[in-house]
Amino acid sequence: MTFEGAVPTLEGVGLTIGAGEFVSLVGPSGCGKSTLLRILAGLMPPTRGRVMLAGEPPAFARKAGQRVAFVFQEPRLLPWRTVVDNIRLPLEFDGVAPAEQKAAVARSLDLIGLSAKDGAKFPAMLSGGMRMRVSLARALVTQPSVLLLDEPFGALDDVLRQQLNEELLRIWAMQRWTAVFITHNVSEAVFLGQRVLVMSRGPGRIVEDIRVPFTAREPALRAEPEFARLTGVVSKRLRGEAA
Amino acid sequence: MTPHGSLGRRIVRDIFPPLVFLVAVIAAWHAATVAFRLPPYLVPKPAAVWSVAVERFDRLASATGLTAAAALAGFVMSLVAGTVIAFAFSQSRLLRSSCQPYAVFLQTVPIVAIAPIIITWFGYGFRSVVLVSFVISLFPIITNATTGLLAVDRELSELFQLLNATRWQTFSRLRLPNAVPWVVAGARTSSGLAVIGAIVGEFFAGYGSNRYGLGYLIRQTSEQARTDELFAAVIASTLLGIAIFSSVNLVSSTVLARWNVRET
Repeated sequence: MTFEGAVPTLEGVGLTIGAGEFVSLVGPSGCGKSTLLRILAGLMPPTRGRVMLAGEPPAFARKAGQRVAFVFQEPRLLPWRTVVDNIRLPLEFDGVAPAEQKAAVARSLDLIGLSAKDGAKFPAMLSGGMRMRVSLARALVTQPSVLLLDEPFGALDDVLRQQLNEELLRIWAMQRWTAVFITHNVSEAVFLGQRVLVMSRGPGRIVEDIRVPFTAREPALRAEPEFARLTGVVSKRLRGEAA
Repeated sequence: MTPHGSLGRRIVRDIFPPLVFLVAVIAAWHAATVAFRLPPYLVPKPAAVWSVAVERFDRLASATGLTAAAALAGFVMSLVAGTVIAFAFSQSRLLRSSCQPYAVFLQTVPIVAIAPIIITWFGYGFRSVVLVSFVISLFPIITNATTGLLAVDRELSELFQLLNATRWQTFSRLRLPNAVPWVVAGARTSSGLAVIGAIVGEFFAGYGSNRYGLGYLIRQTSEQARTDELFAAVIASTLLGIAIFSSVNLVSSTVLARWNVRET
């Protein structure tokens, strides 16, 4: 459907993401970041153009065994299920044997830093940060090939956000899924991404693709001059100035 | 389970004041009958109501029991039928758009107007009383359950879609549990209405052969100007309503606690 005079949400977005790459996506609110992520996931078809995941449109690739996990801004847990049962949910649809489900959930809990005691709790009993950990564990339990994160740590305080950034990278380094991470936070984008894509608004397009050359992403990195320089570049582009 | 303070403090804070108020009301009632010389066929003394209630306790208790049975039967039927109808509504937009306006319309028809029609069709007796109770308590369940089955968070639906959940899996693991708090809220409203429906039904349809419920008792004692017994019957029906409502409330709080959702 096209509307006369309507401004498309996204336009001229050309993008290749390598397998196992960690890409950050920053842009002003309303620039279509979330729309782009949903199109990448195959949750909505693009009105024009195409998206390929492992050689197929994402909706097909998903049915053919490509695991696409999505982490929303809100944890989006099922309140009537315990933490363990929330993490187990994806496995129930795959017909995984109960014993195997239990082992996979336990691994996932451990990976994300939750105790077995936390596992028996209901989401309402957890803090915001803990709930987000559960949400991540639910995404990781499927052993995804692609992990799409839509501003997952936006509601958390800065210390907690940095902590979760570091843990996310630690897990990524072990499992090497492809990650697309949306954020408003420039320092988070530079810390996490091997590339930072900067988007602009109306219509949404990618205006800059910045390589982040760090190999070791330790917490101390945030104090390096090169880190400060890169956040400066991204911020500038974000404000619409030339780099 | 104890929101604030110890049991003793809660009794003082939550139970004592209404009890004092009740005693005050009964005292005022008694004083008024004495001071204004109110004739017993208009306002009987509290003591007279009490003694007739004691004297005719069997009669009152069996009437209350029968009304309770009819109301409960009507309520359970509404709960089952309402949920099934809501399920059908949630599955088909066409069905919803063609039937829902009438569900709203039927809700506005006064129950007193429907009762005689039901009795014309189904005759006197328990069955008709249950049907009247059923008809009046049905709609809150339908509307609430339909809303609950449809009001699923968009991102949660997307999550299920990404996980390749089948339609049935999405229903059983997302839509149905999501509807539970809504059905519970509907059941609260519905349980009160079921009692009203049963009493109204009994106004029009007795059970025959010397069996009767509170509605019939209320009408009969009113016609015969046995006001003391009429008062006793009205109080019994109020107590019945409270008993059914609080049982449903207890069950619903338990369910909501298990579901870990806040009360709306």
